[in-house]
Amino acid sequence: MKPYNNRAWFLVLPVFLIVAFSAILPLMTVVNYSVQDTFGNNEFFWNGIGWFKELLDPKSELGGRFIDAMGRNFIFSFLILAIEIPLGIAVALAMPRQGIGVSISLVLLALPLLIPWNVVGTIWQVFGRADIGLMGWALTGMGIDYNYVSGVLAAWITIIMMDVWHWTSLVVLLCYAGLRAIPDAYYQAARIDGASRWAIFRAIQLPKMNRVLVIAVLLRFMDSFMIYTEPFVVTGGGPGNATTFISIDLVKIALGQFDLGKAAALSLVYNLIILTVCWVFYTIMTHFENAERRMQS
Amino acid sequence: MKSSRIVLGLYTLFLMLPIYWLVNMSLKTNAEITGPLTLFPQQLTLQNYVKIFTDSSWYMGYVNAVLYVLINTIISIVLALPAAYAFSRYRFVGDKHLFFWLLSNRMAPAAVFALPFFNLYQAVGLFDTVWAVALAHCLFNVPLAVWILEGFISGVPREIDETASIDGYSFPRFFGKIFIPLIANGIGVAAFFCFMFSWVELLLARTLTATNAKPISAIMTRTVSAAGMDWGLLAAAGVLTIIPGAVVIWFVRNYIAKGFALGRV
Repeated sequence: MKPYNNRAWFLVLPVFLIVAFSAILPLMTVVNYSVQDTFGNNEFFWNGIGWFKELLDPKSELGGRFIDAMGRNFIFSFLILAIEIPLGIAVALAMPRQGIGVSISLVLLALPLLIPWNVVGTIWQVFGRADIGLMGWALTGMGIDYNYVSGVLAAWITIIMMDVWHWTSLVVLLCYAGLRAIPDAYYQAARIDGASRWAIFRAIQLPKMNRVLVIAVLLRFMDSFMIYTEPFVVTGGGPGNATTFISIDLVKIALGQFDLGKAAALSLVYNLIILTVCWVFYTIMTHFENAERRMQS
Repeated sequence: MKSSRIVLGLYTLFLMLPIYWLVNMSLKTNAEITGPLTLFPQQLTLQNYVKIFTDSSWYMGYVNAVLYVLINTIISIVLALPAAYAFSRYRFVGDKHLFFWLLSNRMAPAAVFALPFFNLYQAVGLFDTVWAVALAHCLFNVPLAVWILEGFISGVPREIDETASIDGYSFPRFFGKIFIPLIANGIGVAAFFCFMFSWVELLLARTLTATNAKPISAIMTRTVSAAGMDWGLLAAAGVLTIIPGAVVIWFVRNYIAKGFALGRV
């Protein structure tokens, strides 16, 4: 058991101050804006909870916009998880277990994770164009009508493929870390028992990946839920509003139209959703960690 | 295991194709890019790279980005080290809540903070400096560093702390002389991830800079000129942003999963 010592606060204080400066101070501005309206010129009017009422009312302009964007966010995150998690597991199982191949595949796989997000957008923006991009050119050559600028379906497919390209490796690396923790003796025992490939997966590999899979699912959910840069570069939220996610809409309202009240109210609600998911993440993770600690002691 | 080799091969191919295309484009002239599709540059040119390295409005973008990333990494690690030690070794009032609050900031959407940061840094007179971006990125990098370092520090047995204190080491001396070398790996990993997350972020970096401190990622979005889109230049700029990550990644290859999982794997 860790000793109880409140002087530890002195060690934490610098971190507390800088994060408070970067998080609490700006959030207070947001709260302040969210209850006011402005017609520009730095003149503000008290609006109470008006913005929040509008935001949560699907029949109003702002509310409808918010519900639509949130719906897109949830569909996007759901598709991302449905593709990336199984694919990530499959690739992790296919990874070599020893030799130089391990290092090489780790480095190659991790490469997309380290590319600046707007460059990821640029890469796919170019790659999908029919005139100068390999994928767009190949698809058009096969007679498929593919244009992510005008087609809703094509835009969605491009964005999903881009995210799969960008982030599946994270799932692979996490699962691989879980698989590496399995002692060889388990596999030998399974071989003696004559277990099938599927039985080994179900009884040995999957349980060992449990914890990392939880982390993978939650990280992928959070990051895909607040995605901004990549779709913004590729589609700019279009065609129409087909790929306008909450983040994109928020930046449009806040920095495009300088509609501070609306933007602030939207920010708070958005942040609250993230905070809730984050709390679930934290609870599950500490639960797993405590269980592991109990098993060790 | 033939099937697994196919799976891995196809997946790697899928990852490498778009990157290959970017590199391919960066070595072509614009006339060739917009002409009929070619799988390899017919007239190999380094002109796009030369332009970036000789035009200060381009290469200053890299200088700015590297500057704020470095400042941010140093601030994050220096502040996070003692805090991570405290979280790993002691219980104190509000420790669990504080730890969660830090995590929630790592997860906070940058879009929420773009506008208030814009106001904040304009008010304190740091707008359009590398310091503004460096400090803004602390929002998610300091929590990240605390979480990763806490994971590494918890792997060091507490008996070492106790032995050192019995041997008469004061806390600062113990921390600097004994403890930091022990978790050098962890510090390297945390620094790498701070570097990386600051390097890949665009929204805050773009919002907080106007002309003087604009990072390369923001400059890149404006390659449209009167003559149309300068695709070759855009591709070359993109390739150059991938290189720092590609160089360092070899050294941290065994820790990538740990870093992304906030030290929890």
